[in-house]
Amino acid sequence: MVNANTKVCLSGLELDNPVIPASGTFGYGYEFAELYDINVLGTFSFKGTTREPRFGNPTPRIAECREGMINAVGLQNPGVEKVISEELPKLAKCFNKKVIANVSGFSIDEYMYTCERLDAQEQVGLIEVNISCPNVHGGGMSFGTQPEMAARVTKAVKSVTKKPVYIKLTPNVTDIASIAKACEEAGADGISLINTLMGMRIDLNRKKPVIANTMGGFSGPAIFPVALRCVWQVYNAVNIPVIGMGGVSCAEDVIEMMLAGATAVETGAINLVDPYASKKIVEDLPRVMEKYHITNLSDIIGGAHS
Amino acid sequence: MKQGIFTIQSNENIALNVYKMVLTGDTGAITAPGQFVDIMLEGYFLRRPISVCDCVDGKLTLIYKVVGKGTEAMAGLEAEQKLDLLTGLGNGYDLTACRNHALLIGGGVGVPPLYMMARELREMGKEVSVILGFNKAKEIFYQKEFEALGAHTYVATADGSVGTKGFVTDVMNSVDIPYDYFYCCGPEPMLKAVYNASKTGGQFSFEERMGCGFGACMGCSCKTKYGNKRICKDGPVLTKEEIIW
Repeated sequence: MVNANTKVCLSGLELDNPVIPASGTFGYGYEFAELYDINVLGTFSFKGTTREPRFGNPTPRIAECREGMINAVGLQNPGVEKVISEELPKLAKCFNKKVIANVSGFSIDEYMYTCERLDAQEQVGLIEVNISCPNVHGGGMSFGTQPEMAARVTKAVKSVTKKPVYIKLTPNVTDIASIAKACEEAGADGISLINTLMGMRIDLNRKKPVIANTMGGFSGPAIFPVALRCVWQVYNAVNIPVIGMGGVSCAEDVIEMMLAGATAVETGAINLVDPYASKKIVEDLPRVMEKYHITNLSDIIGGAHS
Repeated sequence: MKQGIFTIQSNENIALNVYKMVLTGDTGAITAPGQFVDIMLEGYFLRRPISVCDCVDGKLTLIYKVVGKGTEAMAGLEAEQKLDLLTGLGNGYDLTACRNHALLIGGGVGVPPLYMMARELREMGKEVSVILGFNKAKEIFYQKEFEALGAHTYVATADGSVGTKGFVTDVMNSVDIPYDYFYCCGPEPMLKAVYNASKTGGQFSFEERMGCGFGACMGCSCKTKYGNKRICKDGPVLTKEEIIW
C-alpha cells in the first residue's frame, strides 16, 4: 500500500491522483472546503461557466430516481467575469492546485470568448468545453450531436487558447466515437465523457412531469455501465487522453473506468449525497489498488483492451 | 454543516400522516431555528431535507409528514436505528430582528421550525404570539406545546372544526395582535397571503426540491431582489423585502 502510485497526467497537467469532482456537482469548490482540505483531490472541474450570467431553468429542476437523479439546472452561473473576479479568488484561498475550467455557450463566438478569458487565468490548468448540456436550447448539446459542429467548436476554441482543451461529450447520440474522432481531428487535446443521459419522471399526485422543464439529465450510479461503454468506445477511436465519468461512486469504479481507457475519472452525483465521497475515493484508492495488484495506476489505462 | 450518525430515540405518529422523530447525536452545527437536516435513507438516492423542530443538548426533534415513499420509509424506522444526517443546513431565522413581540405563523408541516424559535424567543424575554393553520382537527399538533412556552396560541382550520374557520390570515385580520415583527413557514400560497396581510417586516421560510441541500448543485435556486439565491444555502429563510413572487 505504501508503494501505490496514483499519479496520472492529462496533457501535461500532473495530478496526484485521478479523482476529479465533475462540473455542476462541486460548485466552485469552497462549499466542500468547509468540510475537508480539497487539495487531496486530483483537481476538480468548476461549475459550467458562460459569457453572461444565467439563472437557468425554472424550478423544480431536481427529481430522484432509483440509484440516481435528474437535474435540469440549465447552466446557472454568475458569468465568466464574476467567476474571474469573485469565484477564483475565493477558491485560491482553499485550493492550491490547477483547476479545470468548464465552459459552455450558445454560439461559437461565446465559446471562444469564455475560453480565451479563462485560458488567461493562472489558476486554470485545463479547459473542459461542454458541448453536451441537455438542459438548454440553442446551445449546449446541439453542438455535440454532430461531428461537424463538434469539430467547429473545437477548432475555434483551440485557436484562442494555450492550455489543454478537452471536449465534453454527450451520450445522447448514435455514435459517440465518431464525434470524439472529429474533435481529435480538429485539435482537441482530450475527450471528457459522459455528460448526463436525457431522462424524465412523472409525479403521480399531480400526474405531470416532476421537472418544470419536463426533461433533464439523468446521472448517478445507475448510468455507470453506459458511461463505461462510451469510454471504451472512445478510447478505441482516438489517440488522445480520455477523462471518464458517469455514475462513478467508489474506488473500484475509478479502476474500472481506467481499465476501459480513462486517464482520469470524474465523480458526479455522488458528491451531492455524500459531500465526502470524492475524498473517501481518493483515500480508498491505494487499498483497492493493492487488492487488485496494481502498483502504478497509470499503467492500467486502457488495460482491458489488450 | 456537519455529517454525523444519529440514533433514533423515538418515532411516533402525532397527527394525521404526521410523525415526530427524536434523535441523539452531534448537534453542534445547528445554530438557528429554521435550519434543516438532510437525511440519508437506505434505498433512496437523494437525502430528505427536514426542518429542525427543536434541538437541545444533543437531542434533535424532527416533525415530518408522510408525502411519498421516502417519508413513508422514515415513518417505519424504530428506536435504536442509526441515520446518516447532514446538520446545520440553511441560514435559519434571525431572531434579533424582533424587538418585543414576535408573531409566528405556521401552516401544516410549516409549524415545526416555529417551535424552536418560540422557545428561544421566550428565553430572550420576548412576547410571542403563534398562529397555527391546519386543514382539520385530526391534523393539529403542538398546540399545547406552544401554549406551555407561554406563547399566545391561535389555531385556524380550513373546515372550522377547531379555532377560527379559515386560514391563518383570517386570524391575522380578525385578532389585533400587537406584533412588531413576524416569522412564517408553510406552503407557498400561505406565505404569499401572509405577505399581503402583514403590516410589519418579517421572514419567510421557503421550500423547493433539492439535490444536495448544501449549495453545490444549484437545484433549488430562486430569484430575489438581491440576486439569485439557493434556497438550501442562502435560504431557506428570506426577508420580506427581498422576495419576488
